[in-house]
Parts: sequence; structure tokens; C-alpha cells
Amino acid sequence: MSGPAGEGVPASARALAWERRRRALVGFCRQYARNRAGLYGLGGLLLIGMVALSAPLFIDQAAISVTGAPGQRFESPSVEYPLGTDAFGRSVLDLVVWGARISLAVGFLATFVSVALGTLIGIVAGHFGGLGGNALMRVTDWFMVLPTLVMAIALAAVLSRSTLTIVVAIGVTAWPVTARLVRAQTLAVEARPFIERARALGGGHGYVMVRHVLPNVMPVVLAQTTLLVAEAIIMESTLAFLGLGDPATISWGGILQEARNAGAVSSGIWWYMIPPGLAIALVALSFTLCGRALEGVLNPRLRERR
Amino acid sequence: MTGAATVGRADTAARRSRVLRYVGGRLLTAVVSLFAVMVTSFFLFRILPGDPVRAMTTGREVTVEQQAELRRQFGLDQPLWQQFLDYCAGLARFDFGLSYQYRVPVSELIAEAIGPTVLLAGTGTLVAALIGVTLGIRAGWRHGSVGDRANTAVALFLFSVPSFWLGLLFIVVLASGTGWLPGLFPTGGMATPGVDGVVAVTVDVGHHLVLPVATMVAVVYAQYLMIMRSSMLDETGADYLTTARAKGLRDALVLRRHAVPNALLPTVTLIFLNLGRVVGGVILIETVFSWPGLGSLFYSGLQVPDLPLVQALFVVFASAVIIMNLLADLVYPLLDPRVRT
Repeated sequence: MSGPAGEGVPASARALAWERRRRALVGFCRQYARNRAGLYGLGGLLLIGMVALSAPLFIDQAAISVTGAPGQRFESPSVEYPLGTDAFGRSVLDLVVWGARISLAVGFLATFVSVALGTLIGIVAGHFGGLGGNALMRVTDWFMVLPTLVMAIALAAVLSRSTLTIVVAIGVTAWPVTARLVRAQTLAVEARPFIERARALGGGHGYVMVRHVLPNVMPVVLAQTTLLVAEAIIMESTLAFLGLGDPATISWGGILQEARNAGAVSSGIWWYMIPPGLAIALVALSFTLCGRALEGVLNPRLRERR
Repeated sequence: MTGAATVGRADTAARRSRVLRYVGGRLLTAVVSLFAVMVTSFFLFRILPGDPVRAMTTGREVTVEQQAELRRQFGLDQPLWQQFLDYCAGLARFDFGLSYQYRVPVSELIAEAIGPTVLLAGTGTLVAALIGVTLGIRAGWRHGSVGDRANTAVALFLFSVPSFWLGLLFIVVLASGTGWLPGLFPTGGMATPGVDGVVAVTVDVGHHLVLPVATMVAVVYAQYLMIMRSSMLDETGADYLTTARAKGLRDALVLRRHAVPNALLPTVTLIFLNLGRVVGGVILIETVFSWPGLGSLFYSGLQVPDLPLVQALFVVFASAVIIMNLLADLVYPLLDPRVRT
């Protein structure tokens, strides 16, 4: 397992660094592969991601518009429509596949917003500490206590109805957990000698935070991010179900809202309601499994617990 | 002797001042949080694009004079700071203004709806906590066993299921009467009209309560299970358990007398702290089951949008969670001597 630059020949610093990174990655993958649930989650995500990305190849956009619906109202499952049709005669299977695109996109974007916000606030609060840092953590605590759904509903209700609003509503309410985590990790990292070295060599606040603290905080953030995506997807479907989403886009929560409004619940049209909900559950479950597996690898304290 | 007594007295005094500082700090934090909630709810709902008067009068012909009259009636013609002062003064008297859609004081609507919500959320949380804690103890004690893995798997799956969808499924399968099963439970509401008598009403409400509570338990218990499980795992390696075993206690007794009391403590606070999730769950479940509580009220307010109603409910939900957190903070040191020092 020696580097490409053979025995005796001193490898360049860069080659050494890459070699170390490669070895870390291999070790990481091996650790991850030990968690069978994590592998199932990863497989599920790859499958769903591929279906969502390739959806335009086999679904005609006209067939999932309200006006161009090919079938009759509420047809039960058949060969032509494996999951039946909805209130407008669209194939439920097509809708669910298409819905994956919005649900995943919103899930990822909202998570990105909240993780970026949480990381920024966490690092700043941890790095500067003092009065400002304490004040930031107070704000974080306050957001943490507020019921997330109530806050997100309020935001989504106040802003105009669009997919972007949902992203903002979830992103702005879901960051406190990340911020706390990042702050704790920042404090741990900053206590180590290499930070002192960087400071002694004249590294400014920005330099230390971006070049030294951030890379060391990222692993914790990564696991948290994966868990957050699951939450964001459920939150998105919830807001859409409550009628706060963009009515023109097809999302899983939106399909369920339409099903409920069309009376699918009391008339027992199960094929209209089960697939979208199951899709939400499976995607959220996949992300949760991956996130827990990542957490297990990256946080050795938890490792023996699984 | 006197020296020791003085030290003891100084100790008590120091402890008392520490307790006072702790309680004072928590109270102050809670008050500041509540104030922040009030301010947020006021300004959040004031950035609403569009005119509330137009929202109130959609679908009706109104003259300009009538619009001005409505504006005056709801205080919307005042400058923003005046509205804010009125709002704060109102809150102090539990006066949240008039609902746009029902044209009655919001406080009356809330007073009517709070009972059903407390009934549903209380029953749900209690049942969920009992189930979650019991299963969590077993899973943690025998961790790695088949039972543990099955429990964790089910909990993780239910964790990923949107609560409203689960509620809809319950209605389709158990209440709509369209599938293989007859309609065993009512599809929504809290009472059948025309039922009289204390016993009959209790039975009827209980009957209506089954599905909403079942949905809530299914969504919430998983969290309690995971918390209890990990807090059991924290204890399993502890030395006092080895001691208990060494003195010859049976496994069941070691679990009941030593492990569970210690593991239960962190769980108690976490149950309080997770109340935010319960509040979210209640809103959705009430909406799905048309349960006449605060959640349904919130949903109906959102559709208009009924500004005073939604704003008041936002304050109510957030305050409930803040106050519960405060209680947890205050009660916890009494329960757990370890954090008192």
C-alpha cells in the first residue's frame, strides 16, 4: 500500500496528500458497506434518482397536463394504466414518477438552504464566541423551540404560492439543528493546535474559518444533511397537502391534496392515494437509512450502537 | 463543630442562590422567547402581499365606502406602530381581534377549539409515550436482538411516513366502508349529532377518537422509542449495573430497579422537548379527520387567509411549546440529582 512513487523516492507533498485522501475514502467506503441498511438506502436513492432524472424520456408531458389527459376519470388499475387514473384521467403512475422530480428538487434545495445557513451561523458563533456568538445561539435556541411546521406554514402562507416559497419556508425553519451541531464541532476543532499554528502564521478570521474549520466540520454536516433531506421531503409534501404549494406543479403532496379534494378518501379510490404516500415514505426512509449509516461511520461514538 | 455548621449554612445559601439563578434564568429566557414570538407573529403576517380587505370580500360586490368601513372596523387604517401597540395591549387581555371569516372574536373560537385539541394531543402523547418507552426499554436492553432490529426498522419506517397520509389510509381502510371492511369508525368529526346522555356521548367521542389517536401514536411513538432505546444503551455499560448483577439480582430486577429509572430521566425531558412535533402532527391529523380543534381552525384560517385567526393560533402554538419547555427545564433538576450540581 505504498504510494505510486515507490520505496526510497520521496513523493511530492501533493502526491502524498492525494494518497492519504484515497486511502481515507477507501476506508470510508468499507466502513459504510458494513451497514446493510445503509446500502439498501443508497440503492433505493440511486434507483429513485435515476427514475426521476430519466422521467422525461418515457413520459409525455402532454399526458400529465389536466387538459391532455388520455384516460377516463378514476379508472381502476389496468395494463394501460398500472396504477389507474386520477380525477382528470391522467395516469397515476406517470404522476407519481413525475412528482419525484419536484419532491427531490425541493428536498435538496431546501436542505441546501438550511445547511448553508446553519453552517454559516454555527461556524461564526463557534469561532467568535463572546457576546455575539452567545446572541446567535440564543436565536438558534429560539428557532429550535418553535414548532417547525407551524413556522413553515406561516411563512408559506404569507409569501406567494410557488415552489420557491416552499424551499424558503423549509430552509429558513430547519437550520437550527445544523447550527448547533456545527458550533459544537467548531469549538472542538478550534481547540486543536493546528488552528493555533494557522493563527500564529498570520491567518485571519476568514482564513481560519474557511480553510481550517470548515473542512473539519463538513463530515458532521454531511450526515446531518442526508437526514435533513428526508425531513425536507416530508415537509414539502405536507405543505403541498395543506394547499400551500404551487398548484401548477405536480408533487407528491399535491397529488394527495387533489385526491382528497376529489373525494378519493370516502369513495375508496386507493390507487389514487397509496402510491404518492408510499413514494414519500420510501424516499424519506432511504435518506434516513443513508444518513444513519453515514453518522455511524463519521461519528465513532455511535459506531458500536448499530 | 461550629466551623462545619457554618460551612453547611454557607453551602445551603450558595445552593439556594444557584437554584434561584437557574430558575430566574429559565423564566427570563421563556419571557424573552414569548415576546419574540409575539413580535414575529405581528410582523410576519403584516408582510402579506395583497390587501386583507380584498381577501375578506372575495366574491362579493363591495363599495369603496364599505371597504373603508371594514378597514376601520379591523383597525387596518391605523399606522403600523399603532396597530402593533393595539395588538400587544390586546394580547395582554387575550383579545386577538375579530376573525375575518367568522366575524366573531378569535378568542372565542380558540376557547371553543382548545378542549378537543388537548383531548386529542394529550391522549395521543400519553399512549405514544407509554408504547414508545416500553418498546424502547426492551429494544435497548436486548440491543442487537431480532426484536430490537424489528422494532427499530418499524420505527424508522413510521418516522418516514407523512402523518396525513397515514390518516387518509386509516380512513379509506377502516372508516369509508368501501373496501373489504365495513366502516368500523367514523370518517371524521368528534361527535355524532343527536347523541345524548353522559355515557353515550363519552362512548361516541371515544369512538371518534380512535383513528386520530392511532394516527398520532403511529407517527410520534417512534421518536420516543428511539430516544428511550439510546438512553438505555448509554446505561448498559454502567458499573452500577455490574454491581447489581454481582450481588445476584435477576436480570428483570436489574432492569426494573436500576437501569430503567436512570434511563428514563433524559427521556422525560426529551418528551417535553419534542412537543413541537406533536403540535405539527395535531394540525395535520385534525385537518384530515375534521377534528374540531385548533389545528382545523388553523387550516380553515389559512384558506382565506384569516389574518387575526392565523396570527393568534401561531402565538398559541408557539407559546404552548415554549411553556412546556420551561416546565421541562424546571422539573428536570428535581427528577435528576446528577444535573443539580
